[in-house]
Amino acid sequence: MAKDVRDRSIDPASREMLDVCQRAGLETAWDRYEKQQPQCGFGELGLCCRNCNMGPCRIDPFGEGATKGVCGATADIIVARNLLRSIAAGASAHSDHARDVAHTFRAVAMGEAPSYSIKDQAKLERLMAEYGVDTQIALADAIMAQFGKQDGPLQFTRRAPAKRLELWKKLGIEPRGIDREIVECMHRTHIGVDNDYVSLILQGLRTGLADGWGGSMIATELQDVLFGTPTPTFSEANLGVLEPNQVNVIVHGHEPLLSEMIVAAAADPEMVELAKKQGAVGINVAGMCCTGNEVLMRHGVPVAGNFLQQELAVATGAVDAMVVDVQCVMPALGALAGCFHTKFISTSPKAKFPGAVHMEFHEETALETAKSIVSAAVQNYKNRNPAKIHIPKEKSKCMVGFSVETIVGALGGTLDPLIGAIKSGAVRGIGAVVGCNNPKIVHDYGHINMVKELIKKDVLVLTTGCNAQACAKAGLLLPEAADLAGEGLRGVCKALGIPPVLHMGSCVDISRILTAAAAVANALGVDISDLPAAGAAPEWMSEKAVAIGAYVVGSGVYTVLGTVPQVLGSSAVAGLLTAGAKDVVGACFAVEPDPFKAAALMIDHIDSQRKKLGL
Amino acid sequence: MKEVFVRLDRCLGCKSCEMACAVEHSAGKSLISAISDKPGPVRRVYVEMAEGQKMPLVCRHCEDAPCVAVCRTGGMHQDAVTGIVDRNQENCVGCWMCAMVCPYGVIGRHTEVRMAVKCDRCKNLDIPACVAACPTGTLIFATQQEFVEMMRKEAALRIAREAKGLAKA
Repeated sequence: MAKDVRDRSIDPASREMLDVCQRAGLETAWDRYEKQQPQCGFGELGLCCRNCNMGPCRIDPFGEGATKGVCGATADIIVARNLLRSIAAGASAHSDHARDVAHTFRAVAMGEAPSYSIKDQAKLERLMAEYGVDTQIALADAIMAQFGKQDGPLQFTRRAPAKRLELWKKLGIEPRGIDREIVECMHRTHIGVDNDYVSLILQGLRTGLADGWGGSMIATELQDVLFGTPTPTFSEANLGVLEPNQVNVIVHGHEPLLSEMIVAAAADPEMVELAKKQGAVGINVAGMCCTGNEVLMRHGVPVAGNFLQQELAVATGAVDAMVVDVQCVMPALGALAGCFHTKFISTSPKAKFPGAVHMEFHEETALETAKSIVSAAVQNYKNRNPAKIHIPKEKSKCMVGFSVETIVGALGGTLDPLIGAIKSGAVRGIGAVVGCNNPKIVHDYGHINMVKELIKKDVLVLTTGCNAQACAKAGLLLPEAADLAGEGLRGVCKALGIPPVLHMGSCVDISRILTAAAAVANALGVDISDLPAAGAAPEWMSEKAVAIGAYVVGSGVYTVLGTVPQVLGSSAVAGLLTAGAKDVVGACFAVEPDPFKAAALMIDHIDSQRKKLGL
Repeated sequence: MKEVFVRLDRCLGCKSCEMACAVEHSAGKSLISAISDKPGPVRRVYVEMAEGQKMPLVCRHCEDAPCVAVCRTGGMHQDAVTGIVDRNQENCVGCWMCAMVCPYGVIGRHTEVRMAVKCDRCKNLDIPACVAACPTGTLIFATQQEFVEMMRKEAALRIAREAKGLAKA
């Protein structure tokens, strides 16, 4: 463990704030991580089962003690069941997010959500055509029905190449309905149901696919319809975006439903006037985590940081309101906000936190709620304690907003120039680098080093989530960053005026990467698993990342994980995930915490794929 | 000399000590590498259950240790300075005399070789692996004086609190 708290991150702003926190005696996730050491070995290996009350049971990994749980479950069964439950939880998070967006979309169609409107009519029409319906309400109903479908198919899976669809059908893993797959995971992992690790993992892939080509894709597409499909825009990233003389409102979590309204409310002249009356020069909305990515992509709202910076932001003493919705919001924020004037405001009926003021958000009254939240932040500005304010200077410019539509647009309306560049070798391949932060990896170290290594070797990087924000802070999302790329990629980026690392959005927007991969594969007449492409999650930690891993590999993309998943207690499961899956779905996982070695694995894979394609 | 003490009322039976012990006595000394070691590493500390009480048992490194006294090959020996009882790999023939006389039953067997395996108190570590792994402070690495002093202070606190409670009542 790092002796100097600064060594917990490579990001200068975070290093500075870690020092501030230590001197002030403020506890952060890194401190709590240290207090958790050593972490339970049974948990690390996935060998603990709490699924029934004959247990808890655990398997001795070294074979001296118990080799079976009370019911007779072996290490293989227990590890596979635990993995399946993680996938179910992750798919639930993305898909329940999507459900809320679909509800709002339907309410808009019914005229029941006056705060919202349709921002991308063209996409709406494309979706209506895709679903074969004529009206907005019919589209809303058809999309809502995806959740409760019993026998499939999920409409968006039709975007996948024919070969992939055929393979899913043959393996029996074509998803039937979003909710159905998740419920079935919970059923199968109940005591005495599915006790075959291969069968359990196949259900994991199917559930993952219901997330990637179902829940996540629905969230992305409908958010684009409601809030606009992102187009290239410039903004800034890191804690330095917090303003000393403005009311700082941080929107944190994952859904844009409320944050869109907060952005609108903060621009309301009445609110700005109120802020001025309180002595502030204006209202500054900044994003955090994927809520941050959503408003960054669509409005260029600056982003204060990624997952592990949420506490550091509060510790600046300059956050007047930390407004949160769902997912990846640390319950520690309540106690920390209590050390400052910061109002910690929870807004989702699903997500309440100790120490938070709950201002519940509903789509019918969205803008009113947003205004009262912004107003609460403004009123709180005067309560700042100047002695406790410490805002790091660091912030970097970034170019964001690369939806699939934007990328195709930048290429001149077709994917051909990109495919040409891949064929010529100027672009060696595509690397999708995504995922969280995790104190097991020095903050941003995994992200930045992997991405730099990839672009240096002419791999065009597509990014979302916390990786995108790490790249934004490190200046990798600027067209000038092409200078760090290899000669081929540099040329392509300079010609198109794009960065070598394309920010495609939040974690549900990994569905954009699926759509792009499917489009490229279709254009080449091959399967996704044939593409010179690889995925990675260098600092992953959440169950959502496990679900993402399942759908990315299930879709045929080789994926390198930077932290070890809790599956090593079963050599059979670990073997299936890291090798056997290749013969089943044409892709598998690798685990490599060193970002340089991990990038090398991805490049080796891309090169072997190129060879197979005869490139 | 520091020894491994057990605060019996604290054990939750998580067996973290057992796992850390096995890992520390594996070739790579990491869980990730130990998981694929063949043969698997062997633990030297055992969490037992008696009368509803979880009970971690580890070699007490007894003075005039019976396991050393009965060993006919010189395999089991006690360091004159540290008092640590350890097994000399080359001499052990697996006669199990040591296992028969150990009052705590903490002499185990190597997975493949007929050879006794027991706590060596992790001589190369500042704190033995089992103690470092214990999440509840059940296992304590301290001198006997330090340990009883800690126990005395805890007792004093408990008695003082009880006395105050009585006074209030």
